Amino acid sequence: MTTATMPVLKHEAYDVVIVGGGPAGLAAALGAREGGAERILVVDREPEAGGILWQCIHAGFGLHHFKEELTGPEYATRFLRMVEEAGIEIATNSYVLDIAPDRTVTIMSGEGGLREVPAKAVVLAMGARERTRGAIRTAGTRPAGVFTAGLAQKFTNMLGYLPGKRVVILGSGDIGLIMARRLTLEGAEVLGVFEIMPYANGLNRNIVQCLHDFDIPLHLSTTVAEIHGRERVEAVTVAPVDENLRPILDKGWRIECDTLLLAIGLIPENELSQRLNLRLDPVTGGPVVNSAMETSVDGIFACGNVVHIHDLVDFVTQEALLAGRCAGEFARGQRRPKDNIKLVPGRNVRYTVPHSISSEREHTIYMRVREPMERCVLRLGEVYQKRLRYVVPGEMVTLKVKPEFLENFHGDSLLVEVVERGDA
Amino acid sequence: MATTTVTTYLCIGCPLGCRLEVEHDGPDIVEVRGFGCKIGKRFAEQEHTAPTRMVTTTVRVKGGVWARLPVKTEEPVPKDKVLELTDLLHTIEVSAPVKMGTVILENALGTGVNVIATRDVEARPA
Amino acid sequence: MYDVTIIGGGIIGTAIARELMRYDVRAVLVEKEVEVGFGTSKSNSGIIHGGHHSEPGTIKAKYEWPGNQMWDRLAAELGFAFKRIGELTLAFSEEEVDKLLAMKEQGEALGVPGLEIWDRDRILREEPNVSPSVVAGLYAPTTGVINPYEACFAFAGNARKNGLELALGRPVSAIERIPGGFLVIAGGEPIPTRFIVNAAGLFADEVARMAGDDTFRITGRKGEEYLLDKRLQGFVQRLLFPLPTPESKGILVIPTYDGTLMVGPTAHATEDKTDVATSWAGSDEVFSFVKRVVPGISERDCIAQFAGVRAVADGNDFIIGPSHVEGLINVAGIQSPGLTAAPAIAVDVVRMLSDLGLELAEKHDFDPTYKAPVRFNMLPREEQRRLVARDPSYGKIVCRCEYVTEGEIRDAIRAGARTLDGIKFRTRAGMGRCQGGFCSWRSMQLLSEELGISMTEVTKKGGNSWLVCEFEEVGS
Repeated sequence: MTTATMPVLKHEAYDVVIVGGGPAGLAAALGAREGGAERILVVDREPEAGGILWQCIHAGFGLHHFKEELTGPEYATRFLRMVEEAGIEIATNSYVLDIAPDRTVTIMSGEGGLREVPAKAVVLAMGARERTRGAIRTAGTRPAGVFTAGLAQKFTNMLGYLPGKRVVILGSGDIGLIMARRLTLEGAEVLGVFEIMPYANGLNRNIVQCLHDFDIPLHLSTTVAEIHGRERVEAVTVAPVDENLRPILDKGWRIECDTLLLAIGLIPENELSQRLNLRLDPVTGGPVVNSAMETSVDGIFACGNVVHIHDLVDFVTQEALLAGRCAGEFARGQRRPKDNIKLVPGRNVRYTVPHSISSEREHTIYMRVREPMERCVLRLGEVYQKRLRYVVPGEMVTLKVKPEFLENFHGDSLLVEVVERGDA
Repeated sequence: MATTTVTTYLCIGCPLGCRLEVEHDGPDIVEVRGFGCKIGKRFAEQEHTAPTRMVTTTVRVKGGVWARLPVKTEEPVPKDKVLELTDLLHTIEVSAPVKMGTVILENALGTGVNVIATRDVEARPA
Repeated sequence: MYDVTIIGGGIIGTAIARELMRYDVRAVLVEKEVEVGFGTSKSNSGIIHGGHHSEPGTIKAKYEWPGNQMWDRLAAELGFAFKRIGELTLAFSEEEVDKLLAMKEQGEALGVPGLEIWDRDRILREEPNVSPSVVAGLYAPTTGVINPYEACFAFAGNARKNGLELALGRPVSAIERIPGGFLVIAGGEPIPTRFIVNAAGLFADEVARMAGDDTFRITGRKGEEYLLDKRLQGFVQRLLFPLPTPESKGILVIPTYDGTLMVGPTAHATEDKTDVATSWAGSDEVFSFVKRVVPGISERDCIAQFAGVRAVADGNDFIIGPSHVEGLINVAGIQSPGLTAAPAIAVDVVRMLSDLGLELAEKHDFDPTYKAPVRFNMLPREEQRRLVARDPSYGKIVCRCEYVTEGEIRDAIRAGARTLDGIKFRTRAGMGRCQGGFCSWRSMQLLSEELGISMTEVTKKGGNSWLVCEFEEVGS
């Protein structure tokens, strides 16, 4: 190989290699520096790091982390600048093909060729992908004009094309609601947002400002049952669903449209995790992590949507700073005491991240509930409980666990549950 | 005897989504009901008397690595100006490179609020 | 005047074209879609059947086993993927075991080697994810899998290399008699030809009628298939068949060449031959059946679904041979095992043309090969490294689910892909678990760049299948 085709990496080996340069990867890089790592490399497949934030041009980011409201691109820019100032190297247009269990990372980067880079620690921050039509088995034809909301967002906000003119949106998560407003503002007609669940999944703020403001109807307990059109979408049939969430076809109605956007959720992107044989949590779809955000393989850490789907980028940042810091410490040979308490999801808790904690440190536990509940109590075994005004599946619940909660606890697992008050 | 009207709003303060009722006599609020906390009451009053919105949208960029430049209003603008503003922004085209923070439209529609770029867009290499 | 016009660019039309171009003839292949293989062939299950399924004495049986034996050489010459993974026909009761034995005898009578009856233990050892309620199975080592569209692209690509003309996006609207032959009106343009090979699939009856042959009808029999997530790669190693019924070979578990599992197809008559919609009923039928055979599979694993319509002739057998209309050869009603049989049918159809008076002089410079497109993800690491060093476009991943590179997509466009689906079926970009959510914009940009068209002119599969439109114009 000639030097001209060699990768433009500054070093032969790194303390910490971070896979993915979205919000999780960038914060992990800063965390790794805090943790004492010197040679840090962020590998990102796009021409610019920042991930999906570039296409999320709406506001609402940063309220926790920066204490001000930013748009996605502003949030990305701030982090990129901090990473640059910290002298952290970013390899863009680069792709991690493989990670060996000894943490040798195979990186491919077009003109830079393909090379193996040893790393003392690795942080997985690949993010998530969108669920597709196949996942919900929507019946009908396969014409052009069925897009995931994120792809439509990329077309609209960056590439400068509309995905269509008459649009039906399936899914009331924030991405669906925000795309309803975006397409309306850019001249398309949004005919309705349909949600299979009996409640909306997005923030009320988005329901008001993205739907009500533009008189876009939201239909709950209703789904897109069938897609029509051979070449381009010509119509969809929407129908209410029964208690098993199956469309009741004879109660359906037809909507003439040329586009169907699917905003039906995200799935952690775990191709590399699977190749590494990391232990995965079947509920989150991401790796099982300890309180250092370390996976089942030593020295391989994970954070952000690759671990579990977040609703706020600020929480991704928080989690990624921790993962990065622990990876940095690991790279310096520092080992934290092992977790001694396993967290077990109980009533109305789908999962917790991390999956275990240590009684000697302070932790933030993230969790998601199965169903909405009002006036409830979050219980951590018998050791701690906290009253909550409400919980909803669309909003992550966080709990700060202080060592003093666990002073008199000697077990090895704690049940985490959310129950109605008086039901405890 | 003046008749009062009730207008309802969905509170955006939290996921509980309280159904706020504003009883009013023309522009004058008689009573706000249905809120679960102070945030809700304040939101109802604001939303009823002078609703505002942050506007985020894009304008066309010539010669940039991306075709669209994301922009935002520096402050919220009156809600009833939103569509007029986005229509106006459709007619604007800027040339790359553009820096984040650049004012794209000054004193938009006389609101006193500027519209600014929310990212850098580099020029496309020739 | 052309010697031969082949109507239909599915697996049959392209296989015939490839075979015909061994000889010094002037031939054109006319296809209504913008790419070959975009009709029934695209939705085919991709199975090269073992050779033992067809009832002796049928036309299907005449071509199935001979066709099966031709695929190894074709795959080697034309560079498409083919693997004999074997099949198991499963019996779940003692009565069914008798049928397995009959099927084994039938296969042996047809000359199919290697058929074995496996007992329950053997099946569960070799296929541990099959339901333990299985009683016995008939194993056939001769069964294989291909990607049917790949074979179409390779047949057409090779035929073209050897002088075939391709007229794509040209539906045939009329056929007129002229002295010494026909005038085929395709896409409004007349094509004068001595002979017509009617390989028009679902529309073969309509094409025959245009030429004056009203002797058969083609009806549609729809099949829905469901593609499963890569998580299940290797979950089942061999094709799993239930015992067949007169309508179909039943609902199968198909480990595709690429390792992804596919389940289906259903088999239901459809009035509308263009109806390729999947249905809730079809999905239920497939998954409720498959879950009984392989309990570890669930509808939650589905990443994509599609339907195809089989062309079924009256009598349920193939119709292959010269029509009473002189100069016309019908190759119609090619349902299963049509893909398996295609190469053998092609050889026989070329012989029939010769019998009708077409002079067949072997071409001295016939090139039997077609260069397999690069499949980056399938290469050993060192080859990947050399390839990227030679051409950096292979070092840029576009489709992250299937690891398809920019270089491969550019190759596909240069080899004839004109649409997003054309790229997908040639390279697998967009075929993985994200179904193009991440990469289709980039594939569209590459199509736009390579073909010199705008993004708004890029289509999913030709015609009105546009993907994006312009924002309203900036006011002056």
